[in-house]
Amino acid sequence: MSTSTDTPRLKRTGFTAAAANYLDERTSISAVVKEFGRKIFPDHWSFLLGEVALYSFVVILITGTFLTFFFQASMAEVVYNGSWVPLKGIEMSSALQSTLHITFDVRGGLLVRQIHHWAALLFVASIGLHMMRIFFTGAFRKPRELNWVIGFLLFVLAIAEGFTGYSLPDDLLSGNGLRIIDGLIKGLPLVGTWISFLLFGGEFPGTAIVGRLYTLHILLLPAMVLAFIALHLVFVVVHKHTQYAGPGRTQQNVVGYPILPVYAAKAGGFFFVVFGVIVLIASLFTINPIWEYGPYDPSPVSAGTQPDWYVGFADGMLRLIPPHWEFEWLGRTWSFNIIVPVLILVIFLALAALYPFIEAWVTGDKREHHIADRPRNNATRTAIGAAGVVFYADMWAAASGDLIATHFKLSIESVTHTMQLALIFGPIIAYFVTKRICIALQKKDRSLALHGYESGRIVRLPGGEYIEVHQPISEYDRWRLVSQESYAPLMLRPDSRGRITMSQRLRAALSRWFYEDRLTPLTQTEIEAAAHHGHGDAQPELEEAGPQH
Amino acid sequence: MAKLNQPKAASERSSRKRGRRHPFATFALIAIGLGLTGGVYAAATAVPAAASAETTASSQADVDAGQKLFQANCATCHGLSAEGTDSAPSLIGVGAAAVDFQVGTGRMPMAMDGPQAQEKTPQFTDKETKQLAAYVASLAPGPSIPASEYTDGKGDAAEGAELFRINCAMCHNVAGAGGALTEGKYAPALKGVTGTHIYEAMVTGPQNMPVFNDQNITPQQKADIITYLDYIQKNPSPGGFALGDLGPVAEGLFLWIFGLGSIVALAVWITAKAN
Repeated sequence: MSTSTDTPRLKRTGFTAAAANYLDERTSISAVVKEFGRKIFPDHWSFLLGEVALYSFVVILITGTFLTFFFQASMAEVVYNGSWVPLKGIEMSSALQSTLHITFDVRGGLLVRQIHHWAALLFVASIGLHMMRIFFTGAFRKPRELNWVIGFLLFVLAIAEGFTGYSLPDDLLSGNGLRIIDGLIKGLPLVGTWISFLLFGGEFPGTAIVGRLYTLHILLLPAMVLAFIALHLVFVVVHKHTQYAGPGRTQQNVVGYPILPVYAAKAGGFFFVVFGVIVLIASLFTINPIWEYGPYDPSPVSAGTQPDWYVGFADGMLRLIPPHWEFEWLGRTWSFNIIVPVLILVIFLALAALYPFIEAWVTGDKREHHIADRPRNNATRTAIGAAGVVFYADMWAAASGDLIATHFKLSIESVTHTMQLALIFGPIIAYFVTKRICIALQKKDRSLALHGYESGRIVRLPGGEYIEVHQPISEYDRWRLVSQESYAPLMLRPDSRGRITMSQRLRAALSRWFYEDRLTPLTQTEIEAAAHHGHGDAQPELEEAGPQH
Repeated sequence: MAKLNQPKAASERSSRKRGRRHPFATFALIAIGLGLTGGVYAAATAVPAAASAETTASSQADVDAGQKLFQANCATCHGLSAEGTDSAPSLIGVGAAAVDFQVGTGRMPMAMDGPQAQEKTPQFTDKETKQLAAYVASLAPGPSIPASEYTDGKGDAAEGAELFRINCAMCHNVAGAGGALTEGKYAPALKGVTGTHIYEAMVTGPQNMPVFNDQNITPQQKADIITYLDYIQKNPSPGGFALGDLGPVAEGLFLWIFGLGSIVALAVWITAKAN
């Protein structure tokens, strides 16, 4: 597929050739085009998720620029006198007034606002899905650990971008969101109040916060996101793209289409597809109806006040903490109802960020990996991932506990208590269920590779025995099934000074936990033996052998 | 609770310096003070009384018919003379408004015990409901069914919207989409509820709702609130489908399922191998 085509001779006269030659003579750009144009990208839908994030960010930049032409990041009080009747004559900040002006009195303003907001939701969602793809296929392994961390930073920055944007219109919903953040900050021991006063320029809400968030939202954070995206993509080019196992695919090559002309056309087209989907959604579905929320006022809080989805997990964690975890000690208030959830969130995010390093340490694997794992083939990692997803999803769902209660006719207390239990037991159950499913799928793969698939044809042998005829699978399919990494639990060995350190013991224990239950991959001999043998008797065996046994 | 409805800073301290030390000044001052206090009090209490939206009294025939209906349908729980039992409260003094709301929206008679009475198709005709209301109103004075001038949505929507956000939105949501309360109770969605029923709910405080009496929210302000709710129902969201007006949760759910779902489907399509 990736055959190098001859670069056309520049002998031909024509405008394009002349222009290209003109450019090349002055910029030496042909070297870049040659390098990048022949860069190969493998083709798989899951490899496009990062691109979705990139494209929605581009959409956000375009629409955001339009919005800055009209938005006033000021908390000066004005009286609304625009087109929306139920707010006429109401006092509000200049920020909300200008957002309403964009919405109702700037041509196309509401559409652009909705595109911007929907694209923001899609941006973070596609980052999340992209991260899951990377995690479950083990694409974070050497040499890509640092790029995982950069991607993680982008995820956090995207959330920060989203939240600052959500807070800008200074409507009732965004003000309540900020109030929760203010409460979170103030709940931190010793420094909380100071940080809050520093951030808000005095007591909440003050008159400074919208201006400050605006600077963050349109200057600092986008600059950082852009810088990290650039770095992220440079690393993708440097490392080359991962690919799934298949015939002809090795750790040394990449099988796919070159950027020019195929992939550039596909990716360019996909940009417009993503843009189109966002615009379609934005033109049909309301998002953030600030005209309903009205101006921020610290006293009213609407039922169903939630953050945008990507902050939901933090909001949900706050809702899951049981009451009465606040007490006075040493003349200070210790808000463990704030401290504990903040700690849980920080630890959860830190584990996610550091997972590549943890797994690399446990496996002791120093090799480079360019073939993406099938999730089932690394059962423990997939199970850990599933547990993490369930933990996150439970916190996330808890943020909408009130709506779950009303829509499923439940009591809000039972919803909360169920979710509290699910926060602890859900990940554990998910871990074991996923691990067993993965191992079962491995067994199925092994049986397919050895004995082929069930043809559904029942044959009676002369002796009276009935068998179902199995058809062998093709060589191509078998390759996919048998190319699997295998790790054995680490052997506990004394170091050069004859000692076994605690960290060695820990590492060995973790390694045992990771790889104790596993299927050993098929050897060539086994496959050949099965091929000669016809239908087989060798059932896959679960190897239980740790090093000590 | 209610938005302050006093006129802005009515402190007129017109200083009369000339007659200040006159012997009768003290008496005059007390007389003026008493007169003012009494007058203002009378005015303040008179306004709601005058404004509180009364409809015409019902005939004795209605009361009698209502009593029969009551004894046949309500007395099991509320007692033969509406005096209340262990399982249901007394209805003496709840007024016609309470009956019109509870029976008119189908909440009463209750279908089953639960955290709160649920809305259903009304069991009685409009006429029967009015007869029941007349009977209960005849037992003792109470809030009556409001006049249509307060319930037809001809007030000030902006004023009503602000009052709604301050007084109602914490349970009913800013767009009246409803919300959860404790232990399975809930504030219902206000879409499709008639102005009369909203008014009656405010003055009688059904289920877990507090009473917003005429001092708290004046009849005119109630009319404004009804106007706002009427406005957002008659003017659908300018942004397109409103996703139930449930806010970011509905938006997030939509984005993940339909937004990201369609994007993934398209990505699969784009990378699919040609057969």
